[in-house]
Amino acid sequence: MALPLVYNVESVRARWTASIVAVLGIAGSVGVFVAMLALANGFRAAVVTSGSPENLMVRRAGATSEIDSAVNLEQLRAIEDAPEVRRGSAGPLVSPEVVVIAALPLKKTGTDANVQLRGVYARALEVHDRVRIVRGRFFRPGLYELVVGGNATESYRNLGLGDAVSLGGSVFTVVGVFDAGGSAFDSEVWVDADVLIPTYQRPRGFYQSVTARLAAPDALDGLKRRLEADPRFTVQIERETDYYARASRMMTGMILGLGSLVAVVMGVGAVFGALNTMYSAVAERSREIATLRALGFGAGAMVGSFVVEALLISAVGGLVGCAAVLPINGLTTSTLNFQTFSHLAFAFQVTPSLLAGGLAFALLMGLCGGVPPAIRAARLPVAVALRDL
Amino acid sequence: MRFLPLLAANLFRKKVRTTLTVGSFAVALFLFCLLVTIRGAFNQGVEAAGADRILVINKTSLIQPLPLAYRDRILRVAGVQHVTFANWFGGVYQDERNFFAQFAIDHTTYRDMYTEFVVPDDQWEAFVADKAGCIVGAATAERFGFEIGDRVPIKGAIYPGEWQFNVRGIYHGRRPNDDLTQFWFRWDYLDEKVPSFAKGYVGWYTVRVAPGQEMVPVSRAIDDGFANSPFETRTQSEQAFMASFVEQMGNIELLMLAIGGVVVFTLLLVTGNTMATAVRERTGELAVLKTVGFTDPFVMGLVLVESVLIAAAGGVVGIALAKLFTLQGDPTGGMLPAFYLPSWAMAAALGLALAVGVAAGLLPAVGAMRLQVVQALRKV
Repeated sequence: MALPLVYNVESVRARWTASIVAVLGIAGSVGVFVAMLALANGFRAAVVTSGSPENLMVRRAGATSEIDSAVNLEQLRAIEDAPEVRRGSAGPLVSPEVVVIAALPLKKTGTDANVQLRGVYARALEVHDRVRIVRGRFFRPGLYELVVGGNATESYRNLGLGDAVSLGGSVFTVVGVFDAGGSAFDSEVWVDADVLIPTYQRPRGFYQSVTARLAAPDALDGLKRRLEADPRFTVQIERETDYYARASRMMTGMILGLGSLVAVVMGVGAVFGALNTMYSAVAERSREIATLRALGFGAGAMVGSFVVEALLISAVGGLVGCAAVLPINGLTTSTLNFQTFSHLAFAFQVTPSLLAGGLAFALLMGLCGGVPPAIRAARLPVAVALRDL
Repeated sequence: MRFLPLLAANLFRKKVRTTLTVGSFAVALFLFCLLVTIRGAFNQGVEAAGADRILVINKTSLIQPLPLAYRDRILRVAGVQHVTFANWFGGVYQDERNFFAQFAIDHTTYRDMYTEFVVPDDQWEAFVADKAGCIVGAATAERFGFEIGDRVPIKGAIYPGEWQFNVRGIYHGRRPNDDLTQFWFRWDYLDEKVPSFAKGYVGWYTVRVAPGQEMVPVSRAIDDGFANSPFETRTQSEQAFMASFVEQMGNIELLMLAIGGVVVFTLLLVTGNTMATAVRERTGELAVLKTVGFTDPFVMGLVLVESVLIAAAGGVVGIALAKLFTLQGDPTGGMLPAFYLPSWAMAAALGLALAVGVAAGLLPAVGAMRLQVVQALRKV
């Protein structure tokens, strides 16, 4: 025979101060847990969605990022001529790109942050098909004009539409703002590659990466095998999504590592809090428990009832914790991606699965905090407890 | 002192509860120390930066080089005492995950500039005698088991190819928060191997200003000297340079403070509640104490001391555990080289524990002091 749930609800209410303490402890842990995961999630999403599974990316063999890579014209031609690459109306969908880092002052602090400056051609918009000009226009070839990502225009001074900004000793005008769907490109500034190369004194005839659209999503392997085996080409070819997944690994690893460490330690603390609350609940209610036992409720019913009560408290804690961090969903923050040395804006992402994970974490804490006191309640000697009356 | 048995009896009356409260305290203080350590690890570069050093980088951006010829021109600037330079190598040892910073350094001047890094004289001489020699930080050497005489292959990323270095020395730090993960090799070795168009360039210059010289005018004089040249410079204190990196890390610090706030708040509630329960249960006993002649302040003190004792015990356990944990080193595998819990933070943590102990005990203690004996005894 099980005890009715109402009994537990009433019991939680009767000791509301202790219950609130336990609820807050669990809510705090769940909040930290979900917030950290949302941070790592958002960062990874921003970086990973920069790539498209239909694109391939060519870099020099051994290069760890675009910054330290180089691809020469001969290699570029080989990619353009490859049958595995899709052709558009204006030739193959291949985008050679040059990437440099410029220091620009942030709006918020006035201090400099590293912005990625990407030299491209008009074809880049076809290859990176998620990038769309939303205000102004694309730069004209050969002119000192910039198009800036949505996050970049908001984060930096002098990157508004129509602003003039000095980069590498030349003055550029911002002529357009593009939207890249919240990906890492949104934190970038794009410029004509043929203007960027001389301005930043890059060697002529070299790009840092080449991104190309595949004719078919599974065409990558053949091309990769053929070109990487060719001794004239010391290149590495990978799917664009794989490159970006690796580019986010270090940072997400760090956030997840530190975040889960903090959340687990807090969780242990919350379990202590829940144990304390439940033990005092058992102690204060020893007469009640003995009475119930005397009435014929079994030891199993007692354990069940107290565990349900602990789970009730932890579920409320979990819900409070989740509700508390829900507002950070979509909130934009920024950090430095060590792997590209550049500043990257991204949004916290609280997903339903994260919330479910947070609730599961809360219930686990409730279980750890509820079972030992429940067992003690069941073991309470009935006669002794009743004699106290 | 003679009331110690009474205190002990009160504390051990509910062993489970006391243990759990001490435990919550320990967890909270552990977390507090952890947060301070993480924050310190992020700010390590700023804190360890030399107070008399300035950094000269390419004005365009950090990744653009500067010509080697600038060294002599910087040395001629008034107020400059010493100049050295280095390049970021950015290679990979076996796997990208095995991250540690590699610098190509000028072996004739680097050691005199970075005096916080200690290399035994014989090791340094061996390094100077071997063009392919390298010096490894103690932490990195321990992590990968490098020993003097080992050959270390590094795959170049910025400078392609497989590079071989001979470990000639291991450096240690003078201070506990010095970065012991770096890997130095000779700049002239790098310069010899790069293609001709890349020869004669360095990543940045580090300058020590002469004692008594202000940094700002010296920095300005350096930048002015190179104005309107193809390689304009941007000179700032080492501290400001490091701080700009930390600032770009974003809201980490705010996040840490927020978490710390939540923890301390929760902690206060837990302990306050436990103490209140403990006092409530003993209302009768406290009334008896008063009846037999103990004063109001004494009863208040008794309750307060109990709370502070619990806090102190929890604090000591938590801080000790945190110290042990941080002694294991960086948990992220190379991202936070200086994972170190400073003693001021331990002192602050203990202070915090005691303060929370007092605050949590105050309410029930005052309640105990104000207790009306007659009313309390009537309840029994």
